[in-house]
Amino acid sequence: MIRIPLRPLARVLEARAQGENPLHIERENLRLRHEQMRDQARRRAEWRLVFLAALFFMGFALVGARMGLLAASPPHEAAAFQGEDIAAYRAEIHDRNGRILATNLVTNSLYAEMRYMVDGERAAHELARIFPELDGERLATRLTDPNRRFVWVRARLSPEQVQAVHDIGEPGLLFGPREMRLYPNGRLAAHVLGGTSYGQQGVSAAEIIGTAGLEHRLDDRLRDPAMADTPVRLSLDLTVQAVAAEVLDGGINMLGARAGSVIMMDAHSGEVVSMVSLPDFDPNNRPAPPTEGDPTDSPLFNHAVQGVYELGSVMKAFAVAQALELGLVTPDTMVDTRGPLRIGRHAISDFRNYGAQLSVTDVFVRSSNIGTARLVQMIGAEQQRAFLRRFGFLEPANIELAETARARPQFPDRWSEISSITISYGHGLSTSPLQLAAAYAALVNGGTQVEPTMLRRTAHVPGPRLISERTSAIMRGLMRQVVTRGTASMAEVEGFAFGGKTGTADKPDERGGYAENRVIATFAGAFPMDDPRYVIVVTLDEPNETSSGEARRTAGWTVVPVAAEIVRRTAPLLGLRPQNDADSLAAIEAAMRLR
Amino acid sequence: MRSFFYVLTSLAIMALAVWAYNENHKTQQSKAEVAELRREIRSLREAISVQRAEWAYLNRPDRLRELADMNFARLQLMPMSGTQFGRIDEIVYPLPEEQIEPTLSNAIEVLGEIRHTAEDERP
Repeated sequence: MIRIPLRPLARVLEARAQGENPLHIERENLRLRHEQMRDQARRRAEWRLVFLAALFFMGFALVGARMGLLAASPPHEAAAFQGEDIAAYRAEIHDRNGRILATNLVTNSLYAEMRYMVDGERAAHELARIFPELDGERLATRLTDPNRRFVWVRARLSPEQVQAVHDIGEPGLLFGPREMRLYPNGRLAAHVLGGTSYGQQGVSAAEIIGTAGLEHRLDDRLRDPAMADTPVRLSLDLTVQAVAAEVLDGGINMLGARAGSVIMMDAHSGEVVSMVSLPDFDPNNRPAPPTEGDPTDSPLFNHAVQGVYELGSVMKAFAVAQALELGLVTPDTMVDTRGPLRIGRHAISDFRNYGAQLSVTDVFVRSSNIGTARLVQMIGAEQQRAFLRRFGFLEPANIELAETARARPQFPDRWSEISSITISYGHGLSTSPLQLAAAYAALVNGGTQVEPTMLRRTAHVPGPRLISERTSAIMRGLMRQVVTRGTASMAEVEGFAFGGKTGTADKPDERGGYAENRVIATFAGAFPMDDPRYVIVVTLDEPNETSSGEARRTAGWTVVPVAAEIVRRTAPLLGLRPQNDADSLAAIEAAMRLR
Repeated sequence: MRSFFYVLTSLAIMALAVWAYNENHKTQQSKAEVAELRREIRSLREAISVQRAEWAYLNRPDRLRELADMNFARLQLMPMSGTQFGRIDEIVYPLPEEQIEPTLSNAIEVLGEIRHTAEDERP
């Protein structure tokens, strides 16, 4: 800045000339300069104060705003305490009544860290004493190996074993928490639940992943941390499942069958109440899948879902239902049953000769192959194929089990006349018992499609209509007659109006063609027939009934008594009350006469 | 006046410092307590899950069936079946009091034929 001189010469000279004291001028200028300096200093100080005030204001405003935000935000728990919820990393599985099918337990795993190890030799020796299945020598070489820093000893320990290992007193042996999947009911519903195994393993935790069945299919849902506290409710009823398994096991033993399965399903909602496949396994200790031999022999094989079989005469229900639905016949129409029926170079014959003609009712009730073939000739191959497609026989069943996707139904690519005829009585189209159960549910429940499910459904919306109410009512009447006077006379369950259809299918031979004396016997039915609540499908693989001295393999002698016993014992458990048989017969017949 | 104000301020600051220290201390204690409670909750939860698993294990249908079989002589438990149901009209209700002993207080004369019903003919 330009400073004003304190004693400008011009003014001093002028003042001297006028006889004034030039010092006054200097004073005056000095005063002015001081005033100027003072003003400047004040401005600066003021600015500083404002700046500081703004700074403080901003600081306090920030703190205040943060406090306000904290006060206004909803309260929430501080970051989850590590391990607090370790018992609930994987959701539980419950049956329809809330009984536990799968839960978790925290156990300990045992590992060794070499840098704390004092005497590896002795530790290995002591461990081999506690766990007899451990190889002491091998463990000793591993625990004394100077190149190793870390050794896994065992994945799961019981509390007693933990104490025993603790008592060894070896600081190098350490425990890590391990969550373990526990199936308290053991073998019951093993095929439905599947099993789990450990995925990634760390010292403090290990991932549990589903390997089969429901555990695999619903893995994402079961592992979802947000849903870990909400158990998955299945449609299974544990008690019914236990009874079905017990009866089926008895039947298999008595009839010398290789395997068997039971499916019970709610006829309206498609909820599977019981699904048994024998032989079974313990999901707590799931065996390794077989690497050789026939996979269907393995206990891991779920015959109810994976077993894709030609199911025999149970399929006749669909030919009869379609013929009725299309209005081609009534239950009283007579059908030519003179045999054998020759189509090209194939001859179709009946189990026994039924004479020249039978009514449609009797074709079904007495299970005539020729009569069914005549019906499907009237229907036509293309229409039959479309009908079976609508009933879900041409695609894998869609249910919450990992195995279904691989169980593809088998049927000929070219749906010729002869294949349509064989399919009408159950040969040439292979389906699983589960698909059969869903299709029978649609046949008897009034004609609406049923989507099978393993999960409990709260609301039920009827599916699209497949056949009319009237056809469904007639089919119920026919199925009831199969029991009262047809091939399944042993299925009479007093008070529960049980009805259905038998099927005995020759098993395909490995060398081609069909085996002589190995069959799959099936019974598909529903109860009570005047207002079906549940559908049941029972299959037995290679049964032999020998009580009379000769081997009898037809379904009527083998699988039907098993199915009847299951219904007899489970119907009261399912909340059904016995009714007067005459009343239910009247109800069935009244429904059949409806237009 | 001014010195009084200074003393007051410094006293207030001291009081606030003591209060803040106490609050901090209490917070620390609460946190330790929360951690302790959480540990306890965790162990109790684990215990509950073990108990639940054990309860489910003890109630598994296989075991119950075995127990029922073992105690058949005493309990005679049979599988449930349709024959075990009764209808409400099959139950014999006790007759109302006045019908057991018909007391004739005001006898009146009745005219008409005497008809024998099936009940009268029973011995």
